[in-house]
Amino acid sequence: MDEIAIIAPEKRLFTPFNIVSGIIVLMGLIITVIRFTKGLGAVTNLSDYNPWGIWIGFDLLVGVALAAGGYVTSAAVYIFGLKRFHFAVRPAVLTGFLGYLFVVIALTYDVGRPWRLPYPFIMQSGTTSLLFEVAACVSLYLTVLFLEFSPAALEWLGLKKARKLAVNLTIVLTIFGVILSTLHQSSLGALFLIAPSKLHPLWYSPYLPVFFFISSIVAGLSMVIFESSLSSRFFIDKMDSAHIAGKDQLILGFGKAASVVLAGYFAIKVIGVSAGDNWHLLATPYGIWFLVELLGFVALPCLLYAIGVRDRNLKLIKWTSLLAVLGIILNRFNVSLVAFNWHLPSNERYFPHWMEIGISLFIVTLGILVFRFIVTRMPIFYEHPDYPEEH
Amino acid sequence: MSISRRKFLGLIGSAGVGTAVSNSVFAASNKHFTGYPESFAVLHDSVRCVGCRQCEEACNKVNDLPEPDQPFSDASVLDKKRRTTAKAYTVVNRHDRAKDGIAPVFNKTQCNHCLEPACASACFVKAFKKTKTGAVTYDASVCVGCRYCMMACPFDIPAYEYDNALSPKVVKCTMCQPRILEGKLPGCVESCPREALVFGKRDDLIKIARNRIARYPKNYVDHIYGEHEMGGTSWMYLSGVAFQKIGMREDLGIKPAPELTSGALSVVPMVAALWPVLLTGVYAITKRKEKIENEEKNQAVNSAIKATKAVAELKIGEALAKAEKEQEEIVEKAVKSAVDNAVKANTEEAA
Ligand code: SF4
Ligand code: SF4
Ligand code: SF4
Repeated sequence: MDEIAIIAPEKRLFTPFNIVSGIIVLMGLIITVIRFTKGLGAVTNLSDYNPWGIWIGFDLLVGVALAAGGYVTSAAVYIFGLKRFHFAVRPAVLTGFLGYLFVVIALTYDVGRPWRLPYPFIMQSGTTSLLFEVAACVSLYLTVLFLEFSPAALEWLGLKKARKLAVNLTIVLTIFGVILSTLHQSSLGALFLIAPSKLHPLWYSPYLPVFFFISSIVAGLSMVIFESSLSSRFFIDKMDSAHIAGKDQLILGFGKAASVVLAGYFAIKVIGVSAGDNWHLLATPYGIWFLVELLGFVALPCLLYAIGVRDRNLKLIKWTSLLAVLGIILNRFNVSLVAFNWHLPSNERYFPHWMEIGISLFIVTLGILVFRFIVTRMPIFYEHPDYPEEH
Repeated sequence: MSISRRKFLGLIGSAGVGTAVSNSVFAASNKHFTGYPESFAVLHDSVRCVGCRQCEEACNKVNDLPEPDQPFSDASVLDKKRRTTAKAYTVVNRHDRAKDGIAPVFNKTQCNHCLEPACASACFVKAFKKTKTGAVTYDASVCVGCRYCMMACPFDIPAYEYDNALSPKVVKCTMCQPRILEGKLPGCVESCPREALVFGKRDDLIKIARNRIARYPKNYVDHIYGEHEMGGTSWMYLSGVAFQKIGMREDLGIKPAPELTSGALSVVPMVAALWPVLLTGVYAITKRKEKIENEEKNQAVNSAIKATKAVAELKIGEALAKAEKEQEEIVEKAVKSAVDNAVKANTEEAA
């Protein structure tokens, strides 16, 4: 029970978790002031050669991929009829919603004039830009996730009529959410299609959009497993019997799905290499790094998931989900930072400034704090007593 | 054969540029586009360039840029490789070719004003536009500062005001568009003492370049850089050594940037149209499966009930029959004993 005390809120204010997050938040606020008074140059190592750093590579690309649990879970339950995982929808949708919300917040640090973020929609639209598609889908999907999440908040607030309305939208929202996710998860990869001369050929591929989309499913499934094992450590007192009884089934089911999708992802990655006829590049240092990603973070988790499911080894599946999540992070970093601008001499390459990392940490921490605030108050891990078996 | 200022003014007059060009702008699109036939361009002949950096100085002046850290006369600047920055729209680099047994070659870098610019195709607010004059212009009043244009530019040209906290701009050579519209030459072209820079209609410049290559085949590589690179550019180059050796990429290919992403974009309507159909279909199947399952369940329950009923009826029937039989037996017995008793009584009486 000791671990629960670390993160679960309680009467004591100075828990280790609160102290650490307090320090991070303070640091984040200080960097925020510097960013908005002295400019990007003061807090980042970005340069004219490297206009995108970890605020795009991590906060946007990784953030959006890891928030894919929302659409993956609600599609599984509402569209594919896996009713037995119904209890997992709310936590997944909540994480998805917060994920996207904090992606947008992170973007306000990165773009030069954040208050102009609506400009593509209200001033003039650069519809030839993949970034336009990303912006349109992310903002629409954020709205969808907000609506999908709203029943929980409305139950908490006791607004029955509004809640009923929101619940009736479930199927439409789910379908809409899957479309939007397909589009923007893939167009995040497509963003890099414009720069074949800058991205290493092992990572550059006309299939980039497909790679990003398929791997987002892996990310979504793995994140649900990963979060569910964390939540059942820290928030088990909030869970109802359906949640506790079903979570092992969930881990097995999602682990199996993740294994299958990873196998498919591995196959298309290999097809990508052969389509570009890039086999000879595998013998270069970049090639070895590519193999590390492909074998260590795609093939290995695929195998481990399969073994875990076969042996019904929940512990193995949980650890594998962490490996798969790290694999997604590694892939997004490779595409946007490591293999990008690979032709430049090392003194013109990018390495993040500590303050950039600080802001990313700050935003993740804020996300966790808001998550904790919500799950300790709203019916996320349990069914609200007033609305039994209704959704 | 280069175009002098006077000639240029005549050219402007004949083309009616001042009015015809006006301010009309054309956005990037995914359709095939081969450039504006009447558009202007600049040819940089690195064989003629002596690295005096007067173009840099002129550019600095006509664009009101801040003083450079080192004066333009300071040749030591050339010791380091430089790129365009927020304070310098153009830079001249020296490429030592001692290995090839020749004197250093100087090359000027600035925006190439691509015919189908990657920057314009990447920008999600259309801040960049390819104009009819040939210049690719930038409109800071709509720019969000996402810097995707910088990611996209294959020539690494756009720079950014990283030190500007609240109103940073993307910065690049403007091809002196304001001056062109006034009928003047770009600042750098006007200032070049060696006529290493020539301004004119793009078609004419290609002819001039071909001519130079044909007349001095020993001095020139047989290639006009920018004629086809990335779909063609409005700034073109001649060189005496391989372009790669003077810091220019030769692996960019001739595919215009918008073509790189048009495939991915064309998938959007497909996904938007097909996914809902597919998903609703899957949903319907799931629902149907549930319905059938429910029906089957109901049926099973019904027949089970029926079966039990039948069994029960049967049992009841049996029981009834048994009971009847028992009843009969009881009655029979009773009758029999009554008869027996009567018979007994009769015989006793008779006795
Ligand atoms: S060189 Fe770069 S900045 Fe200039 S027009 Fe081409 S893509 Fe745009
Ligand atoms: S930084 Fe400005 S000009 Fe460049 S793509 Fe973004 S919005 Fe467009
Ligand atoms: S065309 Fe104008 S802006 Fe561009 S390099 Fe020459 S002087 Fe500078």
